[in-house]
Amino acid sequence: MPDATHINTKEPPAEFDRRAFFTKIGLGSLGIAAAGTIVFSYEYLSPNVLYEPSAVVNVGKPESFAVNSVTMDINSGIYLVRADEGFFSLSAVCTHLGCLTAWNQDLGIIACPCHGSKFTRTGEKIEGPAPKPLPWLKTWVSDEGDLMIDRSVDIPPLQYLRI
Amino acid sequence: MSMPFNADQMIDKVRGSRVWRSVFRSGSGSSTLHRALAIQQNIFLHLFATKVRKRMVRFGVTWYLGTLTFGTFLILVITGILLMLYYHPSVPQAYADMKDLQFVVSSGLFLRNLHRWSAQLMVFLVFAHMFKVFYRGAYRTPREFNWVIGVVLLVITLLLSYTGYLLPWDQLAFWAITVGSNLSSAVPLVGSRIHFLLLGGNQVNANALLRFYVLHCVMLPLAAILFIAIHFWRIRKDGGLYVQQSEPKTQAIVDGGLAVKEGQ
Repeated sequence: MPDATHINTKEPPAEFDRRAFFTKIGLGSLGIAAAGTIVFSYEYLSPNVLYEPSAVVNVGKPESFAVNSVTMDINSGIYLVRADEGFFSLSAVCTHLGCLTAWNQDLGIIACPCHGSKFTRTGEKIEGPAPKPLPWLKTWVSDEGDLMIDRSVDIPPLQYLRI
Repeated sequence: MSMPFNADQMIDKVRGSRVWRSVFRSGSGSSTLHRALAIQQNIFLHLFATKVRKRMVRFGVTWYLGTLTFGTFLILVITGILLMLYYHPSVPQAYADMKDLQFVVSSGLFLRNLHRWSAQLMVFLVFAHMFKVFYRGAYRTPREFNWVIGVVLLVITLLLSYTGYLLPWDQLAFWAITVGSNLSSAVPLVGSRIHFLLLGGNQVNANALLRFYVLHCVMLPLAAILFIAIHFWRIRKDGGLYVQQSEPKTQAIVDGGLAVKEGQ
């Protein structure tokens, strides 16, 4: 009976197909909605406008810094160093966990109060848990003759600014 | 004929009144059924078993460390809500409000210190509770899922401590959160994004203070209450508090609203 077997295998379980179809549609829409919610939440939680201080700092006239001096600007977290070779600026934020370091004039080193990292005047690590040296920051002279520092731009070390 | 004042009769009269019965439907009476119903029909108490074995609730078994932890949590919720009445989570007002609480507000110093010491004590008690459960082996089947919920509660407790640490907005708070949030930057790939979302910016600032405030006062306490409820309910579902076989059996004793005879 070839005809009978033919009909038997062809017979579709129509009701279950429809139910499975709507289940898939339902779960699919829920999945898309859930993914959308995650994206939406992430976007909402990331501020688009920040009321944080500008990364560019004006530290004043070059003449106001004595040769072989280290000047710290606590508010912007930077050192301006005037060495024999010229000017440069360092980030004062410790590369370990973000504490503000301090310049010790007597010992001639930069030290972090949180976990004891120590750095030379050029930012190289002497000891402590800091994984990286203090980065050198982009420094230039503005058209008005002021020393400008961009805290968001690191430059390779030992690039002195000669005026 | 003068009626002599009788406290017991008065209490019975109140408990038999229509208003009382509309609230507490089990009614008065001291039968085992009534006492069981008093537990079972109360939204808070029904999380617990209507009957426990006396030896399960002996002090020596658990040192009541879980109950004490919950006690410190209640103190923290109450004192925390009161502290919120004088605290603005804004820069630099937060620091001034904290100082006002210490020196100007009546009983402010007491409430702030109570909140602070209870927080320290809660962290200690959570660890003590976990050590006690661990060394007694009370985390084993069928209680292993309740141990997992306990670990979630440990994390919530630590996060509550951490977020609360920023709120005084003093030097200690600022640098502790600077260091703590920089730890999250160490997470591979998404570390800096987590750091940015946590602080609502690149540095610990007004956004970070507000985020930590909302986490500390709303989100984390709600999460804690939810998981505490599940934690307590699971004690009943997992067959009551764990008792070691070697711990001595005591005679069957009717105990307050909780009664059972061992071996029956």
